[in-house]
Amino acid sequence: MATQLTPILTKFWDHPQSWTLATYEDNEGYQALKQALTMEPADLVQMAKDSGLRGRGGAGFPTGMKWGFLPPDDGGPRYLVVNADESEPGTCKDIPLMMAAPHFLIEGVAITSFAIGCNHAFIYVRGEVVHVYRRLLRAVEEAYAAGYLGKDIQGTGYDLDVTVHAGAGAYICGEETALLDSLEGRRGQPRLKPPFPAVAGLYARPTVVNNVESIASIPPILLHGSDWFADMGTEKSQGFGIFSLSGHVKYPGQYEAPLGITLRELIDMAGGMRDPSKKLKFWTPGGSSTPIFTDRHLDVPLDFESVAAEGSMLGTRALQIFDETVSVVRAVSRWIDFYKHESCGKCTPCREGTWWLAQVLERLEHGKGTPEDIDKLVDICDNILGRSFCALGDGATSPVTSAVKYFREEFEVGCHTPWWEAFPPEASTLFNQRSVKVNA
Amino acid sequence: MTVTSDKSSGEAPEVEMVALTIDGLEVSVPKDTLVIRAAEQLGIQIPRFCDHPGLDPVGACRQCLVEVAMPDREGNVKPMPKPQASCTMTVAPGMEVKTQLTSAVADKAQQGVMELLLVNHPLDCPVCDKGGECPLQNQAMSNGRASSRFEDVKRTYPKPINISSQVLLDRERCILCARCTRFSDQVAGDPFIALVERGALQQVGIYEEQPFESYFSGNTVQICPVGALTGAAYRFRSRPFDLVSTASVCEHCASGCSLRVDHRRGKVMRRMALATPEVNEEWNCDKGRWAFTYPMLDDRFELPMVRRDGELVPVSWQEALAVAADGLRATRSAVLVGGRVGREDAYAYGKLARLALGTNDVDFRARPHSAEEERYLAEHVVGSTPETGGVTYADLDTATTVVLVGFEPEEESPIVFLRLRKAYRKAATKVFSIAPLETRGLDKLGGTLLPSAPGTETEVLQALAGDGTSEHMGSDAFAAARTALRDPGAIVLVGERLATVPGALAAAADLARSASGRVAWVPRRAGERGALDAGTLPSLLPGGRLVADQADRSEIAELWQAETELPTTPGRDTAAILESASIGEIGGLVVGGVDVDDIGHADGHEALRRAFVVSLDLRESTVTPFADVVLPVAPHDESEGSFLDWEGRPRPYRAALDTTAMADHRVLSMLADELGVFLGTRSLREVRAEMDALAPRAPQGGRTDDAGDPPSPVSVPSPGPGEMVLATWRTLLDRGTMQDGEPFLAGTAKAPRAVMSPVSAETLSIVPGDLVTVSGGGVRVTVPVHIQPMVDHVVWLPTNSESCDLRALAGQAGAVVTVTKGGAA
Ligand SMILES: Cc1cc2nc3c(=O)[nH]c(=O)nc-3n(C[C@H](O)[C@H](O)[C@H](O)COP(=O)(O)O)c2cc1C
Ligand code: SF4
Ligand code: SF4
Ligand code: FES
Repeated sequence: MATQLTPILTKFWDHPQSWTLATYEDNEGYQALKQALTMEPADLVQMAKDSGLRGRGGAGFPTGMKWGFLPPDDGGPRYLVVNADESEPGTCKDIPLMMAAPHFLIEGVAITSFAIGCNHAFIYVRGEVVHVYRRLLRAVEEAYAAGYLGKDIQGTGYDLDVTVHAGAGAYICGEETALLDSLEGRRGQPRLKPPFPAVAGLYARPTVVNNVESIASIPPILLHGSDWFADMGTEKSQGFGIFSLSGHVKYPGQYEAPLGITLRELIDMAGGMRDPSKKLKFWTPGGSSTPIFTDRHLDVPLDFESVAAEGSMLGTRALQIFDETVSVVRAVSRWIDFYKHESCGKCTPCREGTWWLAQVLERLEHGKGTPEDIDKLVDICDNILGRSFCALGDGATSPVTSAVKYFREEFEVGCHTPWWEAFPPEASTLFNQRSVKVNA
Repeated sequence: MTVTSDKSSGEAPEVEMVALTIDGLEVSVPKDTLVIRAAEQLGIQIPRFCDHPGLDPVGACRQCLVEVAMPDREGNVKPMPKPQASCTMTVAPGMEVKTQLTSAVADKAQQGVMELLLVNHPLDCPVCDKGGECPLQNQAMSNGRASSRFEDVKRTYPKPINISSQVLLDRERCILCARCTRFSDQVAGDPFIALVERGALQQVGIYEEQPFESYFSGNTVQICPVGALTGAAYRFRSRPFDLVSTASVCEHCASGCSLRVDHRRGKVMRRMALATPEVNEEWNCDKGRWAFTYPMLDDRFELPMVRRDGELVPVSWQEALAVAADGLRATRSAVLVGGRVGREDAYAYGKLARLALGTNDVDFRARPHSAEEERYLAEHVVGSTPETGGVTYADLDTATTVVLVGFEPEEESPIVFLRLRKAYRKAATKVFSIAPLETRGLDKLGGTLLPSAPGTETEVLQALAGDGTSEHMGSDAFAAARTALRDPGAIVLVGERLATVPGALAAAADLARSASGRVAWVPRRAGERGALDAGTLPSLLPGGRLVADQADRSEIAELWQAETELPTTPGRDTAAILESASIGEIGGLVVGGVDVDDIGHADGHEALRRAFVVSLDLRESTVTPFADVVLPVAPHDESEGSFLDWEGRPRPYRAALDTTAMADHRVLSMLADELGVFLGTRSLREVRAEMDALAPRAPQGGRTDDAGDPPSPVSVPSPGPGEMVLATWRTLLDRGTMQDGEPFLAGTAKAPRAVMSPVSAETLSIVPGDLVTVSGGGVRVTVPVHIQPMVDHVVWLPTNSESCDLRALAGQAGAVVTVTKGGAA
């Protein structure tokens, strides 16, 4: 039986005023919060645990368990920080969600804050998306005005302030400890752990850091029950998630579906390949930091376990689809340029390794590689993976090693033929039929 | 007789030990030990760059990766999936660590990191100062691949850039270990450099608006594991393998830092901090590191000289000594020893006075001083050592409360400052300072100011001790200090400047007593503590023996095999000696290493002019123009001896350079010979044997002071219109002659300025940026003003900085000066 889409967070994105409080309230908005405020915080944590919700920010850590790690209340402040930095190449779920229906997040923030005993929550938004920042500010304003945030929320005596903070545009600031440093006004670089944020996070106080989608999923879970949520998805990867299709499909976009759906199903829903005459060549299951897959993996269930069993990661469900006109060497080279640019510089393997990888890849891209280069790439990756300070460095190796694994011969071509000869760029265009090669 | 102290905090608490294996070898180390340190215990060296025992771990370079397996809850030892940084991971019971010696994974990881580190390193070792002593070079050999596979383009930068006038940065050599930035931020508290930019373009950056103003910047050069940071003075001067190193001790202050003097062909090329955990740990200050050129200047005395027809002319030693002896024999003579000489030399000066000149007129205090201070030193300081229960550096590390009075640690004893900062950071030590203004130094100690105008310190101390009243008693700071002092074990640190505040030293001792704490005296000059214990005070003989005590006198006379009785009455102090000499009551002066202007005594010049002056010195000084005989002596780097640091801890040093220059004690013994007296100070061995023969005697407390009430403070002067009370102390880098000849160091000295409160400024219509002229007592200086919260109607200026010499006024606590807006008309 084919998997069905489950539009929950994406349900009313097509409403002409989808982002307003009114629209949200017309769609069960803030009912969950009202219910939560009548409950014991501990029961809310338990609910999150029972639902099986796993972090939607990439690592898939059980959300309820994370909340449970906070030490007992000592009277001092504790914080919820929402990671809205979304900067992974290919990942585009949090930004559209905050654009289209920001109140899911804000209601989720209120419920989570109440559950963990937080009176001041922060949303750290990627700096470049000014439009999202504005929309969030407006939504927060609306929520204050309606008494969902601020002092004595809904007459329960519970106070919560929400600060929306715009970062300055650094991928590393999505790493939760670098995010906390950045939020504190320092340079965003990952912190040494322990102490973990649960013990000493923002301003050295107990802190929960969660992804936008994780937190936005809380209101529906509360309203419909953890069983409702757990019934979706697979045994260990429960619930629904937003799958972001980009690249060579007919209708790129966000497809909200239970975990465990396959790419074959998703491509069907997305109207097939952009050019039906071109075959799928490779794709990322969860953004550029997850090892690529090929057409052999069309039927791998997109849940944490199945993807891992095939040697990749579900990550952020960022499905970037590349058809056969694309040079994998060139694609990997672009990704590595990104990591080289975004490496924070703190640790040697990532800082120097990405610098080196980028140069080797550029040579291969231009047909100037040497036969040693391919093994060298793999060995450099071996010296980065698991040796870096944080996961950025690890992630940088994923595209390289997986591409060499599946497409080694294409790297060999890079030892003599430039990419534009092996993969003429006009073949990737939609108008290529009529294009003529000028002064060839 | 000897007082033993039980002030150490009872039994040491049990340390919990953790057993683990490293490369199959068992080791047991205290809980919370880092794996890399535990390995060191076994003699296993894991390569590292960012790790430094004096800095908080960062785990940035990833050079120290090892394989680790840990027992799970059931006790099954499970390997961790990735290699771990041994410099950030603490030990755990049953942990199994495999280093590069037994693990192929760890070895490969280390070689991989090393290769990556060299990707963007210029490998310009042949022209790099660090070449030959470079951790990167060494570890690339021991833990790296034989050759690199990198054949692409390295990152390059224009080189070098100046971080300060004395520290230069070659960015392309930097491996971004963050040692320098962590040192500056954590240890020194001067975060003027930071890592900036991202990825391989990350680099050490400076703040454009603020200079790298730190007295400790040289340490960054020393701990930089590559040649990225270099000192301007040493850059390109020599190769490490051409240097000969001599272990020594710094002569610049009473902190007592261990130094390594590196020299080549008879010339000192550089000095480095040498690790001494009990004293300076691994650090020193920039003055100690870089101010060593003064003996190499061309005004160095090479030959003895005597004055003929008003001119000093070189003569033979024989002749010079004969002229000196004749001159001294003909009259009553006294001895002035600067606080700069080693204690063996100081001992010889004292012995010369007593034995050859028959006088107790001898004093090491070439600075403002008082009779009260002398009594305080005799009762509370002489004989105080780590063994006799004196305050130590280690005590500062763990102190709950430290009160500073008349003492600005960052300027006057930099390593005491570093220790206090460490105490503040690691042990939450509360620091209070009785001073007129909150300095940046106090700020870095997280300290609290107990505001007090110069001269009111006694009042504040008495009020803190619970008696007396003070108008400051109501403040929050004062209340906090009172609360903090309720915890027993407070330490009061008094500086030499307190000498001139009546009653203050006694009040400090009383405060310590009332708080069940201890007091320590921290002089500025390196030789003062040693000179005190060597008996170069009018009332003190060596080893704390008292001139006034018959038994003590006999003990010393016997030790010295004196043929006649030692002079029985306590002698004159520096001020009295100068006064007497200026009116001809004293006709001869033996002066060793004194800058007469440092004493700040009105009669100083007249005294020298009238007296027959025998000057022992290395270079032309303020005494030289008055000298009748000049006897050249060896500078620090050319002599052997020892200092006592402020703790009373012996700090022996050896001569780095082997020259013909003679130490003071030898010259004095020759002079004594000429006077017909055998001084027995021909060699260090002779002197030390004598000094060691005296049984140590702990401070006697209030033995001579029991009579009478505590001295009451003088009333504080109330300045009239246009007047202010002067507060002043020396900055670490100033016009001191032992900093001569080092322009790069001088370039980082703080520019002199007059600091006053907004209220004071307003009464004179002074606004930020104005120049002010401060005058009084024949002194007149013009400097820019700096306005900050501080005690009103007090103006602070440095004592002896460029174009700001207030030494003539520094001796009067609470001197009133006239302050006018604008430059001197
Ligand atoms: C380099 C790097 C970038 C990351 N960027 C993001 C991000 O943009 N958004 C996000 O939610 N998590 C990001 N993460 C993951 C976070 O560190 C963290 O695991 C996550 O915010 C936890 O939230 P969750 O448990 O709700 O998934 C990033 C991690 C790394 C190493
Ligand atoms: S892996 Fe290292 S250099 Fe890369 S982002 Fe993380 S800490 Fe920074
Ligand atoms: S300059 Fe030296 S100490 Fe500073 S980060 Fe670079 S290599 Fe490390
Ligand atoms: S020495 Fe351990 S990471 Fe640098």
